[in-house]
Amino acid sequence: MSDGQREIPNPSAALEVLSRARTDEIVVLSESTRQDWPPLSTRPELDIAITGSMGKASSFGLGVALARPDVKVWVLDTDGALLMNLGSLVTIARAQPANLLHVVYDNGAYDTTGGQPTPGTGIVDFRAIAQGAGYPSSFAYDDLEDFQEALPSILSGPKPALVVLKVASLGRRDGVAGMRRMGDAFPSIRDYLAQH
Amino acid sequence: MAVSSGALQAATVLAELQRCGITHVVWLPDSETGYMYEAIRDSAFLTLVPVCREGESIAIAAGLFMGGKRPVVLIQSTGFFESGDSVRGLALDLKLPLLLMIGYRGYRGEGQPLVDSAARFLEPILDAWGIPHYVVESDRTCSRISEAHQQAVSTTHPVAILMGQEYTG
Repeated sequence: MSDGQREIPNPSAALEVLSRARTDEIVVLSESTRQDWPPLSTRPELDIAITGSMGKASSFGLGVALARPDVKVWVLDTDGALLMNLGSLVTIARAQPANLLHVVYDNGAYDTTGGQPTPGTGIVDFRAIAQGAGYPSSFAYDDLEDFQEALPSILSGPKPALVVLKVASLGRRDGVAGMRRMGDAFPSIRDYLAQH
Repeated sequence: MAVSSGALQAATVLAELQRCGITHVVWLPDSETGYMYEAIRDSAFLTLVPVCREGESIAIAAGLFMGGKRPVVLIQSTGFFESGDSVRGLALDLKLPLLLMIGYRGYRGEGQPLVDSAARFLEPILDAWGIPHYVVESDRTCSRISEAHQQAVSTTHPVAILMGQEYTG
């Protein structure tokens, strides 16, 4: 992880690094990531945004990962959402899904409500929490070149793995262009998984 | 299935879950159902998924459904209250055929007074959300589990079993 006074990465640029490495993973999206991921997604038919229950993307992703150990699952979580469901880190660590990559988009703010700070802004260390919870691997990056360089080894390394991406808060974005409704994505991906 | 007249036994509950083809029990233990832990853990057909807080359980079950499995959620009424957003936004909105097995804290038998607010509010809240519910408090009534599961599957809607008796066996 870099330690200089670099500019905080743009969130879409951070997700673009992931998008370039994506193959056939099921991608579970949370609050701000469901707004920034759709234009970058190479497999939108395998994306689902958990809009039904705040903070539960990580738990939903765990369920998919446990159901299908042969399928890779990426949870693109956010700091505000994960703070609502911190216990899920322990639940996931206990379940040890070897196919789950948990990415946390840490902008220190509730962007979907206008960018107000979270209770954890400036103090919470998700990497340390994940490590303490029992994740076999955890990483944090505030430099996208470092992240891009490390990504192949993260993807091939021990799971579950947590990756914290420090990104800029952009405040509220309008709309979620290109993202299917959860109620449409769920049966579609369920059918896809039944056939693959 | 063997039917006894005694208290609800873990083996009887598991036989019902096996009949339903249940694959996973997503669970946080409570006083009403804690006695089933070892039976679930040691079961050859069930995978136990313990959670830290009950709201997780509904989301994990939703993910399991999307992956083609048949989970049940086994939590106490107090945890069901905590899970409200997940029940609404996932179990109901996604029309999950989810069997919710809920420890009925404060229930002391049919016709007996409900001893705390957890008991008084449970059935009215389930009614408000349109979730059908049935009490199971002995081996005699245990077949309601598979009947409720069949109802959940046929209606693609959550159905609740209220586990109504402390283990006495």
